[in-house]
Amino acid sequence: MTLEEKVIKIIVEQLDVTEEECVLEASFIDDLGADSLDIVELLMEMEEAFGIEIADEELEKIATVQDVVDFLKQKGVN
Amino acid sequence: MKRRVVITGLGALTPLGNSVNESWKSAIAGQSGVGPITKFDCNDFKTKIAGEIKNFDPLQFVNKQEVRRYDDFIVYALAASEMALADAKLTIAPEFSERAGVIIGSAIGGLATFEEEFKNLLNAGPRKVSPFAVPAILANLASGQVSIRFGAKGPINCAVTACAAGTSAIGDAYKTIVYGDADVMITGGTEAAVTSMAVGGFGSMRALSVRNDEPQKASRPFDKDRDGFVIGEGCGIIILEELSFALNRGAHIYAELAGYGCTSDAFHMAAPPPGHEGAARSMKLAIKNAGLNPEDIDYINAHGTSTPLNDLYETQAIKSLFGDHAKNLMVSSTKSMTGHMLGGTGGAEAIFTIKALQEGIIPPTINLDNPGDECDLDYVPNVARHRQINTAMSNTFGFGGVNAVLLFKKWG
Repeated sequence: MTLEEKVIKIIVEQLDVTEEECVLEASFIDDLGADSLDIVELLMEMEEAFGIEIADEELEKIATVQDVVDFLKQKGVN
Repeated sequence: MKRRVVITGLGALTPLGNSVNESWKSAIAGQSGVGPITKFDCNDFKTKIAGEIKNFDPLQFVNKQEVRRYDDFIVYALAASEMALADAKLTIAPEFSERAGVIIGSAIGGLATFEEEFKNLLNAGPRKVSPFAVPAILANLASGQVSIRFGAKGPINCAVTACAAGTSAIGDAYKTIVYGDADVMITGGTEAAVTSMAVGGFGSMRALSVRNDEPQKASRPFDKDRDGFVIGEGCGIIILEELSFALNRGAHIYAELAGYGCTSDAFHMAAPPPGHEGAARSMKLAIKNAGLNPEDIDYINAHGTSTPLNDLYETQAIKSLFGDHAKNLMVSSTKSMTGHMLGGTGGAEAIFTIKALQEGIIPPTINLDNPGDECDLDYVPNVARHRQINTAMSNTFGFGGVNAVLLFKKWG
């Protein structure tokens, strides 16, 4: 499974959305119906799944599925 | 003229069934919903039995995300509210949404969530506490989530009067309609506290039955061998409507909520006083508010917890208030079958009381083999009784000295 696929799988599960909706460009708030609490919970799940830590300042920059993938890559996750 | 309040919809989840009909059928069949605890590992606990909700599929009422995020006491309230509104054939329409409110009581709120999240905090630090922890724990979030789901924008509140919470909620909802602030109220009580903290805490108070080898015989109100209450979980929600509002939309009316009484013992944090005069006063107040006399009452759904003190003192209170009429009254405790659903009890027992009025069947007190000392009322022992009645009351009492009583009148 690629990193993108892993990320999408978690998002689909956490936000109760379909894989079709969960494209890389999708915005959590505008396209996937998430609110700020949903995003916090989602990123906690990412921390758990990939064994990383996301600081609050970094969290604020994450708006789309692609942002999560980029962030994880930057942290050395593949 | 005082605005009148009627009941037009019922919804419930109890240890006896996952709907009002199932619960009622089991109750009048004298069945017990008590069994071994499955909600947590109770190996180290002296009490190993509870009245749990069984085979409930939350996905019939909420989505997967909500199951994960909401505590069960909230999910139960959403499910029972949906059933109650469907039963009332009522959708909260925008035209009257500001006249529709919600008051759902809960004794302890999201205790299971608190326990789980506190473990996360201790084991992994504050960053691992879920952002959904607080809104799952707060007791008023049953009301909050129900108002959001069904679009009720009128008065909202939550009663947290321990084991009387469901009854206090219904009483306050009734007053809200009488006062004129709402025409429709979604109200009742909910609880999902079969948890290690609750069983540990009540256990330390020596309040729980330890009849682990015979779970179905453990809750035995008014019986000589009663040894404490059986913790239960569950939810009962009723739809209250102002009479003319209900009549104008052609609603089916179950019964009239004619009176409510609430008093305080001002005595002890957990124990009732001998004679339980506060309980007698709360019954008296409900009867007075309904414009009736004690002799008019046919049936009392008792608090009847199966603790040595409650059952004796509740009996004394009934005898002190009703005098000679106490002998004619039927008094039964459905907790003998459901266990004690704490804040959910007031909602579920209001429903049993309303069904008794509507159907002319009095649910029994099961496990009543030998009445305890001074327990000499007609507790409708072991077998339901067919009897047409016109007025019935539901008693619930809670820690902190709360006594709350609802009085219902047969409709039609």
